[in-house]
Amino acid sequence: MFSGIQVASPADVALSVRELTVSLPEGMERANAVENISFDLKRGQILCIIGESGSGKSVTANAIMGLLPKAIRIPSGAIQLDGMNIVGLSPEKLRSLRGRVVSMIFQDPLSALNPLMTVGAQIEEVMAAHDVGTPASRRSRAIDLLIEVGLADPKLMYHQYPFRLSGGQRQRVMIAMALALEPAILIADEPTTALDVTTQAQILKLIRDIQRRKGMSVMFITHDFGVVAEIADSVLVMEKGHIVEQGGAVQVLQSPSHPYTRRLIAAVPHLTGEDRALVEAPANEPILKVEGLVKTYRSGSALFGKQRIVPAVNQVSFDLAPGHTLGVVGESGSGKSSLGRLLIKLLDSDDGRILFEGRDVAKLSEAEFRPLRPQIQMIFQDPFASLNPRSTVGQILTVGPAAHGMPYAKACDEARSLLSRVGLDAGAFGRYPHEFSGGQRQRIGIARALMFKPKLLIADEAVSALDVSIQAQILKLLDQIQRETGVSMIFITHDLRVASQICDEIAVMHKGRVVESGPPSQIFLRPQSAYTRELVAAIPGEQQGGARALAANS
Amino acid sequence: MTALAVSTAPSRWWHSRAAYRFMNHRLALLGLAMITLLTLACVVGPYLLPYDSLNIDLRARFAPPMTGNHYLGTDPLGRDLAARLLMAGRISLLVGFSAMLISIVIGALVGVVAGYRGGWISAVLMRTVDGFLSFPSIFLVLALAAALRPSPLMITVIIALTKWMEVARIVETEVRSLREREFVQASRMLGLSGTHIMFREILPNAMGPIIVAASLTVARAILLEAYISFLGYGIQPPLPSWGNMLNGAQQYLASAPWLAIIPGAAITIAVTSFNFIGDGLRDALDVRNDHI
Repeated sequence: MFSGIQVASPADVALSVRELTVSLPEGMERANAVENISFDLKRGQILCIIGESGSGKSVTANAIMGLLPKAIRIPSGAIQLDGMNIVGLSPEKLRSLRGRVVSMIFQDPLSALNPLMTVGAQIEEVMAAHDVGTPASRRSRAIDLLIEVGLADPKLMYHQYPFRLSGGQRQRVMIAMALALEPAILIADEPTTALDVTTQAQILKLIRDIQRRKGMSVMFITHDFGVVAEIADSVLVMEKGHIVEQGGAVQVLQSPSHPYTRRLIAAVPHLTGEDRALVEAPANEPILKVEGLVKTYRSGSALFGKQRIVPAVNQVSFDLAPGHTLGVVGESGSGKSSLGRLLIKLLDSDDGRILFEGRDVAKLSEAEFRPLRPQIQMIFQDPFASLNPRSTVGQILTVGPAAHGMPYAKACDEARSLLSRVGLDAGAFGRYPHEFSGGQRQRIGIARALMFKPKLLIADEAVSALDVSIQAQILKLLDQIQRETGVSMIFITHDLRVASQICDEIAVMHKGRVVESGPPSQIFLRPQSAYTRELVAAIPGEQQGGARALAANS
Repeated sequence: MTALAVSTAPSRWWHSRAAYRFMNHRLALLGLAMITLLTLACVVGPYLLPYDSLNIDLRARFAPPMTGNHYLGTDPLGRDLAARLLMAGRISLLVGFSAMLISIVIGALVGVVAGYRGGWISAVLMRTVDGFLSFPSIFLVLALAAALRPSPLMITVIIALTKWMEVARIVETEVRSLREREFVQASRMLGLSGTHIMFREILPNAMGPIIVAASLTVARAILLEAYISFLGYGIQPPLPSWGNMLNGAQQYLASAPWLAIIPGAAITIAVTSFNFIGDGLRDALDVRNDHI
């Protein structure tokens, strides 16, 4: 029946998918989420499924778990699991397989855990649901699992509620739950995407260790080739519901055969230890000079009960030369986004000075600052949230200049020419944001920020929500715009690889403070502070890359 | 650059999607059909009927439905019930609609300003809302209607004044969450004025809940008007309204039950229809129902 595919001996294969097609409900962008895909997951191996958003990788995982929504059906194909074809199996039978034979960990551990149950109770529930053990044995097993996933003080952890844990701890709890019944197969759907880079490195190591120790088979879904390089034994590349390439990890990463794979790998930002070629000689006068900036969040009332005080930005100082790009990097909660919002005065600072072209804008009121707003513009993180869904692209682009007194007709001309400059056709003018993809929307966001011909552009995680190939295009566009207009930029990101591509200078933030700053060559190749060293070391898939850059540089 | 070609999805998909979901909501469609029929009948009907609503014919008192040309019978003064029902419908529907419009405008205004500005402005506005809410609205309406000379306009204003608070609360909650969205931050970055951001950027995005609140407010305004007119403080005879027709019918409940049944049915139909429409709109505008 499946004679076309070379069949490994059944004993080696933990999971085999044959000619699987999953159809989408009518009116979606394509008829099938995945079409005619076949692959094997060998016992004791880690198979990475990689693809961009919409490639069908998560649908494949959910099909194997039997967790597809009702509207999505499987018209043909087979999923062989444990010697059984699970396509078309009754919900009861599927349920008995889930957890016992296959289990899954999800991208967002906070929403995947029940907020009203303690960690221990949730792990025990998995065992109780499958009638495994006695209450006492389940309890001791839960504690063992918490030890197994490397959580400190498991007895205390057992009684904790999920909201008290950090993202990394929550993901460890998810892994403990998934391991509770010793499944043969673990499916991990982007388990580290929502985590900081240092935590990501720890979780990847944990998954690899557990997989080796237990001889489990792991299907690991990701969009990050860095992660693939860290963890995969074999790789499967998906594009728009088709498998375009599969093979051993080394083979796919080093000599990809399909053009799509090649394009994806080429688009992955790599850490460059080289400094950027300067646009122009730095002028004497910095365009932006920040001195001792402070922002403290206070929550709760000072009158009633305890007040929580969180220093978000603490004594931050830096200079930015005209035409230069300063990268602000840090993990979530480091204060980098607060810093961006302070600079553009969407937040008011508590102390310190922001000298924009020599004038302190920190103390200006909204009304006094409004005439200066056109000169400082921002590109936002989420291309889906940053454009008003009820306005056309034309309205989005022209509303600002019109409010600052530009004649409407002139603003329209400007908007049309900017649209073509950021790589959209002029027909985009009358359309609504939802008609565009994420990358196109981000281009609209960039066009909006450029409408005023600003002197300073603040990009807050401007490429974080985008696929790597789109990310590369947007970075190129920003670089090109800076070379053409000489705009100064502050580029806020959590991704050191991205920062290394576009920045002249990098400031590393940790807990509200700038712990280190300097040119990329220094930050990435000769980091001074312990925290920066840790950050650089945690970047996935860069061990060889970093060494290469070092070798090339010396 | 094929990768950047703009997709050709129909424009404003949320409109068409929402409309699609609404059209699949049977009860809502039924409600819409009933309201359309009722409105048409009230607007056009009186011109087509053979009798005027004020025409007294003492020889034809208490005629039961389907007597000669009196399709719905006559009342104690021999006036044609069909003509009175439709004229009353004009008043009742008009009062309901206008009261809704006024309360939506006040409610949306207060809600948007309170939600966007926050701080002490929000505190003052929302405590005012709480103050209005703490009055038992029926008694307030009755007291006001008793003190002031009731006219349809006065009744409308009084009803609106007791119904806008809910809209204000709904809009305030919605705006408070919209305020944190990045596109609002982007509007501030562009240096747009607060008024522009509130009414041009945020308000269109809060229209969904406002429309739902509107359809439910109409239903309640009609009910409230019927209630106070029934008690005799609302629309005054000889001007008919569904409420005061019920009032006139209560002493003949045993001998001429159609006098109560017919306007009662009209009120029930109008109110349930608006509630159905409200339910349908709520389901249709709720993005979480996207899988349907």
